[in-house]
Amino acid sequence: MVKGGGVATFRQSVEATIPALRRYARALTRDADLADDLVQDTLVRALRSEHLFHGGDVRSWLYTILTNLNRNRLRSLARRPSLSPIEDNDAPDLAGPEAGGRDIERALATLVDEQRDALLLVVLEGLTYREVAEVQGVPIGTVMSRLARARVQIKSYLDGERPALRRVK
Amino acid sequence: MNEPNSPVREDELHAFVDGELPADRREAVTAWLAENPEQAALVAAWQAQAESIRARYGAVADEPVPARFDLDALMRDGGGTRGRWRTVAAAAVIAAFMVGGGAGWMARGATAAAPSSSGSITADALEAHQLYVVEVRHPVEVPGNERDHMTAWLSKRLGYAQHIPDLQKLGLKLVGGRLLPGPTGAAAMYMYEGASGERFTLYCAKTTTPESALHFREGAGDRFAAVTWVSDKAAYVVSGPSERDRLEQVSKAIYDQIDSDGWKKS
Repeated sequence: MVKGGGVATFRQSVEATIPALRRYARALTRDADLADDLVQDTLVRALRSEHLFHGGDVRSWLYTILTNLNRNRLRSLARRPSLSPIEDNDAPDLAGPEAGGRDIERALATLVDEQRDALLLVVLEGLTYREVAEVQGVPIGTVMSRLARARVQIKSYLDGERPALRRVK
Repeated sequence: MNEPNSPVREDELHAFVDGELPADRREAVTAWLAENPEQAALVAAWQAQAESIRARYGAVADEPVPARFDLDALMRDGGGTRGRWRTVAAAAVIAAFMVGGGAGWMARGATAAAPSSSGSITADALEAHQLYVVEVRHPVEVPGNERDHMTAWLSKRLGYAQHIPDLQKLGLKLVGGRLLPGPTGAAAMYMYEGASGERFTLYCAKTTTPESALHFREGAGDRFAAVTWVSDKAAYVVSGPSERDRLEQVSKAIYDQIDSDGWKKS
């Protein structure tokens, strides 16, 4: 198959987005292996459906695919009993230098999926509200209310956690 | 939309944090925050959240990209480095995409084949397959010679019309069927048997997963394999002995019959 200039450009854009996709996936799943599986599925899907891509921003398109794949993954997880350990609340490991990171990680875990997607796309990936609206397929107002709810939730989670943290120290 | 001096709304505070405010409003909001310490604290908290998120995950983008993401390799074996998921028939892939397609962005079509979610149904189906194909006396609840009764019964229980494929041409006789618990309610399993006793099952269940192409998957211990697809909110899993060509032939026949029978819920 002869590759035209358009193909090369598409491929290059996909390739250039991989580091950002890995970052986004890592924050979405908070699990390095899962995250990279998700990125790989995203890339395969994108390359295979290149003929379905009718212009526009490749990066947003990839974020869309990854977000949807992750949603599907969570949905199927919800259907089966999970054997993952129950969250450990008396964790002395919370007190180390990692504590801040763990805190935000746990706070993110408490968010509703759509809110977490929106917040990460904005603050971590630097997408505009308009781009996030496209990725999520909702009006900008909905993106903004998801953001607002995510921030309220994280704040109340962190506010609730901190006293416990100090006690551990 | 806003005059520079109009009162500050909460969504503007978010836009302020995210750099989405026009310059004139940004100044107005900055000035307003200086006089509203409570709101300023809130904004600071949001900014701190964003900082923590970036501090926690930002460095991932600076890691060297692992070799598994080599695009040429991914194109060649379709992400086969994980070894289990492969596209079966190119024609069927295109057909499935067209079913799911439509105008516009097409992201839906592109994300259609979610391995994880259809993977869960495939796992359920393979489990059922493994459990029942070894049964000599009671492999099914309703025998294949009561096809009409079985069709009516399972259509009722699953909530959409069942048309049980006929695989005589492939030398497979309908053993019968049974009702099973599925991921989102009832599921049906139909069993077929060949001249030498080899058994295939077709598992049908409703799903919320979007349309997908055919996927091939090896089952436990590589003794069984399955082909899965999703069409019109129903998932189909054909399981059988792990002989790829034969399984593909059977799956293709079933796929074609389902497609042409209009075996779809409206």
